[in-house]
This record gives sequence, structure tokens and C-alpha cells, in this order.
Amino acid sequence: MQYGLNEEQEMIASTVRSFVEKEIYPHEALVERTGEVPAEIAAEIKRKTIDLGFYACNFPQTVGCAGLNHLEFALVERELGRGSMALNHFFGRPQNILMACEGDQVDRYLMPAVRGERMDALAMTEPGAGSDVRSMSCAARRDGSDWVVNGTKHFISGADHADFVIVFIATGEDITPKGPKKRITAFLVDRGTKGFQIRDGYRSVSHRGYKNMILEFDDCRLPDSQVLGAVDGGFEVMNTWLYATRITVATMSVGRARRVFDYALDYAATREQFGQKIGKFQGVSFQIADMITEIDAADLLTLAAADRLDKGLSANREIASAKLYASEMLARVTDTAIQLHGGMGLMDDYPLERFWRDARVERIWDGTSEIQRHIISRDLLRALGA
Amino acid sequence: MKVLVPVKRVIDYNVKVRVKADGSGVDLANVKMSMNPFDEIAVEQAIRLKEAGQADEVIAVSIGVKQAQETLRTALAMGADRAILVVAADDVHQDIEPLAVAKILKAVVEAEQPGLVLCGKQAIDNDMNATGQMLSALLGWSQATFISDLSVEGEEATVTREVDGGLQTIKVKMPAIVSVDLRLNEPRYASLPNIMKAKKKPLEEKTAADYGVDVTPRLEIVKTVEPAARAAGIKVGSVDELVSKLKDAGAV
Ligand SMILES: Cc1cc2nc3c(=O)[nH]c(=O)nc-3n(C[C@H](O)[C@H](O)[C@H](O)COP(=O)(O)OP(=O)(O)OC[C@H]3O[C@@H](n4cnc5c(N)ncnc54)[C@H](O)[C@@H]3O)c2cc1C
Repeated sequence: MQYGLNEEQEMIASTVRSFVEKEIYPHEALVERTGEVPAEIAAEIKRKTIDLGFYACNFPQTVGCAGLNHLEFALVERELGRGSMALNHFFGRPQNILMACEGDQVDRYLMPAVRGERMDALAMTEPGAGSDVRSMSCAARRDGSDWVVNGTKHFISGADHADFVIVFIATGEDITPKGPKKRITAFLVDRGTKGFQIRDGYRSVSHRGYKNMILEFDDCRLPDSQVLGAVDGGFEVMNTWLYATRITVATMSVGRARRVFDYALDYAATREQFGQKIGKFQGVSFQIADMITEIDAADLLTLAAADRLDKGLSANREIASAKLYASEMLARVTDTAIQLHGGMGLMDDYPLERFWRDARVERIWDGTSEIQRHIISRDLLRALGA
Repeated sequence: MKVLVPVKRVIDYNVKVRVKADGSGVDLANVKMSMNPFDEIAVEQAIRLKEAGQADEVIAVSIGVKQAQETLRTALAMGADRAILVVAADDVHQDIEPLAVAKILKAVVEAEQPGLVLCGKQAIDNDMNATGQMLSALLGWSQATFISDLSVEGEEATVTREVDGGLQTIKVKMPAIVSVDLRLNEPRYASLPNIMKAKKKPLEEKTAADYGVDVTPRLEIVKTVEPAARAAGIKVGSVDELVSKLKDAGAV
């Protein structure tokens, strides 16, 4: 990878950072207190993002977007990671998988999504199928030329604001030597479709206001025109388009860790005990040194993984390492930052307790730390026949 | 009409400034640098004039170290059409004094023939508040300083100035040097398409010698010190307590 960012990349990062500081930070306390993003604030963030040409900047110029590469997009999301996820949801970054739209799906889903007219969500997880996605029980059966869907998805982020959801549904089963294996298909499901309901999910300690929802399918009828990609081709569209979403978790963890670090550094340099700044105690200063070292390491690991994608190199293991390391780094950094603040770190007068809570989910969603370790180790050991 | 906007690369306003150990100035090694905030307001105003059809071209110019190129790219990403970098120092710690800057700007003005020079009222690093005024004297052009409103009508501009007693509205003859104050506008963010375009916009590089200006410092910095630390405050529970504390302190 080429070390150091060019002027344009620096400017992209610094512009998003100022945007987050000026347009997101001021609303955070309200969202945190109420668990809601007021509609007019959401609309304003969205409008400003569209005006600045940053909306859907992960999409290519062929659909009228900025066409940032993976590295540049990682920089955008790193700076967004500083701010509230509930609010920066409206700094819209629709799922890349919408590029798989074909025929009239382009005008019904892809284009409205990248223009900010319709918002999407993505649903794989079920109460009984988390890490083991393929074990899903939400299923569609053929009825004439339609599909009839029954089942439940849960933990679906942003579905409260979604106009449509990209849903992975079992459409059959193959008998293999290793046992039965589900065939999966991706569907585009509009809010308001008969037999499809989006309802409130659980209250999470992480990212208040960024809600996870439950989707219920009760004899929901979908024609073939709602299939994204090929029938039974769900894993293919997933592998073609969803490989990079773990970079989002990694890079946002880095951005948030940098924000947290600034609080810790400042406090160590100003708080006095035993007649001196606490940063003068080696026990404190060494923690500061460890924090910034880990943050920089996670940043480089993440940008290097994104850069591999831009160069067309395999990056599955590198992305997994970045997601694993950055999310675990964030947990340590938020924990240490609270320790350095003493009791004040736990009080909601400071945002540190929020960062600490928010950090917890990063090790779970988009593949748990254990699943990332599985991916990393399989990548190395499989090659050796183990 | 062309609008010329001088922009200075200064220590970012969020950075906690540190005095160098030898007291010769502020430590600028490895600190975040940005466009002087007043200059950002000037760039914004120039772009607005262009958007309103009153200017044809916005030219940003920066005088200083080579790294000021980044500052010019920011101006280009905001919407300036082209940029001129005048390299006048190698060391980031060498500040070019207002008179030298004004002399170089005079030469740039003579070469570019703008109808208006929009500059920040002062740079937040040394707060000199002199360059615009000196430039107007050197050129013999009219000047309007600390403006919070500007409208250009042909050969004249009407300008509202922020003065101690309130607001003063004056008319100046064009061409003019106008220095902008904080409340004139709120500068835009660079849009993503403009950031991508900025790289392709022309950025001409010159040196102080090209304009025959000697930038050797005429001022000597004797000593730089940190401001005295402010004593910690206290919280009072009531107005009565506040009054009695103030009395104790001999303040009322
Ligand atoms: C707030 C939130 C938002 C979410 N948003 C979305 C969304 O928008 N769309 C969506 O589809 N999903 C979403 N998810 C789901 C998320 O991706 C899953 O929670 C995650 O994949 C883990 O699944 P699980 O929670 O069912 O845990 P499980 O898979 O049941 O795991 C339980 C534990 O077992 C461990 N484990 C499981 N398998 C293995 C193994 N093979 N080896 C070692 N350890 C193992 C796990 O690491 C974990 O520690 C969201 C989750 C949360 C919490």
C-alpha cells in the first residue's frame, strides 16, 4: 500500500470531519436522551449531505454518484464514526448490493436509494439464525409464479426509516454429503407489502436512536420481479457486494476511538491529583501511549485492507483482521478512557459512558469477533489442508 | 470582474497553541494547519459574487511556505477557479510580514487586474490586521475594512462595517480592497464533486523573487510567552452567596 494520503483524500476526510462536528455533534445529546432522531433533523442532515454530493458516495459515477474507491470511502466512514450512528444514518450510504438491481428494479430501488428518495435496510439475521446465517428458517415457497414468504427477521438496523428492505430468504434445500444445505435468495420487499410488517425491536445499550427492528412475514406474496440477483443466488450477491461492510465497522471504530482518545489526553493533561497533572504519573502516561499506538495500528490495518480491495487483491482475511482488531481496540480504548476519568467517566455529563456502551456492539454485529477469528484462521489453515 | 482572494495558512483554531522552548514563537512543527477562518469567509463571499453573476473568476493567492498549496486546494475545492502560490519561505516558522505580503499582492494585482480584492480582516496567528490596509495604500485603491455586508453595483460598492459603536454603512469606489469580518457569511463545506475537481484546477507556482520583493523580516520578536493561566472558578449556590463572595474579594 502507498503510505500517506494525498491532498484530495485528506480533504475528503477533513470535510466529513467538520461536517460531523458541526452538523451531528450538536444533536447528539438530544438523541441520546430521547432515543429518537426528530424528523426535521434527519431531513436536514440528508439534504445537506445530498447538496454536498456526499450522499451515496460509495456508489459509482455511472449512477450519478461520486464513485469513491474503498480507501476513500473508508476515510468518509472513519470520520462519520466519530458521530452518533443514529444521526449519521442520514448521511446516507445505501447498501452496495443494490448495484445488483436489474431491469425496472434500477428505477424502483437503485436510483431512488442513491438520490436519497427511498431508504433501505438489509435483513439476514433471525432469532434462530445469527452467525449461522444459512440455518435461517424464514422461507419462501412457490405458488404459481409468485413466492409466498413466512418467517421472522430480527436486529434489523435502520428498518424503522426504511422504505424497502433487502431480505435474504430460504428458497429451498439441497441434499449434500454434509447434510441438507439451504438455498438462499435475496428479495426486495417494500414497506406496506401485504403480509409484511416492520415492528419495534429490542432496546439496545449501544447506539441509542439507531434502532433495530423485527420483520414479520405472514403469507407475504412476492412476484419474481422482487428477486435481487438470481433465484437461489443469494450467497452470490452477498459475496459479490457485501464483502466490504465489515470495513465499515472497523473504520468507524477507529474514528470513534480517536474522538475518545482526545478526551482522555485532555483529561490527563489537566486533571490534578497529588499536586500534579495525572498525565505525569507513568501509570497514566503509559496508558495514553498504548491507546494511541493501538488506534494508529487499527487505522493502518483498516486502510490497508481497503487498499487491497482497490488493487483487486484478495482481502477477506485482511478485512476480518481489521474488523476484529479495530472493534476490540475500541473496547479497550473506551474502557481506559473511563478509567483515566475516574468516577466522572461514568457520569452522563460526559459522553464517555456512551462511547463505552456504543463500543460493545462493534464486536458483535457484522460477524462476531469469534467469527472473524474463524475466517482469519480458516484462510491460513485451509491452504495447508488443516 | 475578477476577484482576488488572499488566503493564509495558519495554525488551526482548534489546536492548543504551544510556545517553543526558546521563546522565539509558537511551535508549528506537526500541528494541524488550516485556512485562516476570516479568509474562508472571503473565499465564500467571492464565490457568492460569482454565483450571483457579479464576478467571472475567483483567484486565490497564498504567500508563504510551499505547504500553503493545501490551503489553496481548499479554496479551489470551495469553488475558486484557480490559484497562485507564492513561495516566500522554506521554514514553516518564518512568518512573512504584512508589508512584504502587501508588496507581493500589489504585484499580483498588477498582473491579474482584479476589480476587487477580498481579504480576511486579520490572520488568527499574529492578529496583525494590516495587510489589506497596506495593500490599499500601495495601490492607491479605496478600502473598506471589517465588513459584515457587501453589495457591488457597477463602479461602486456599498459596504456595512462593524465598528465599535455599531454598524457603519459606506460606499467605496471600485476597484477596492475589502476586508471581511466574522458575520459576513457562513463559509460552505467543500462539496465532494468540487474536492475531486480541485486537483484539476490550475495552481501556478511563483516565488517572492519573481515579483522582486525582499521578504527579509524587518521586525524582531523579542519574546513569546504563554498567557497567564486563569485561576480556577468556583460555583456559588445563590445570588446572595455570589454578592458576598464578590464583596469578600473587594470586587463590589
Ligand atoms: C444492534 C444490532 C444491529 C444489527 N443489525 C443487523 C442488520 O441490520 N441486519 C442483519 O441481518 N443483522 C443485524 N444484526 C445481527 C448481527 O449481525 C448478529 O447479532 C451477529 O451476526 C451474531 O448473531 P447472534 O446475535 O445471533 O449471535 P450467535 O450467532 O447466536 O452467537 C452467540 C455466541 O456464539 C459465538 N459463536 C457462534 N458461532 C461460533 C463459531 N462457529 N465459533 C465460535 N463461536 C461462535 C458467537 O461469537 C457469540 O459469541 C444486528 C445485531 C445487533 C446487535
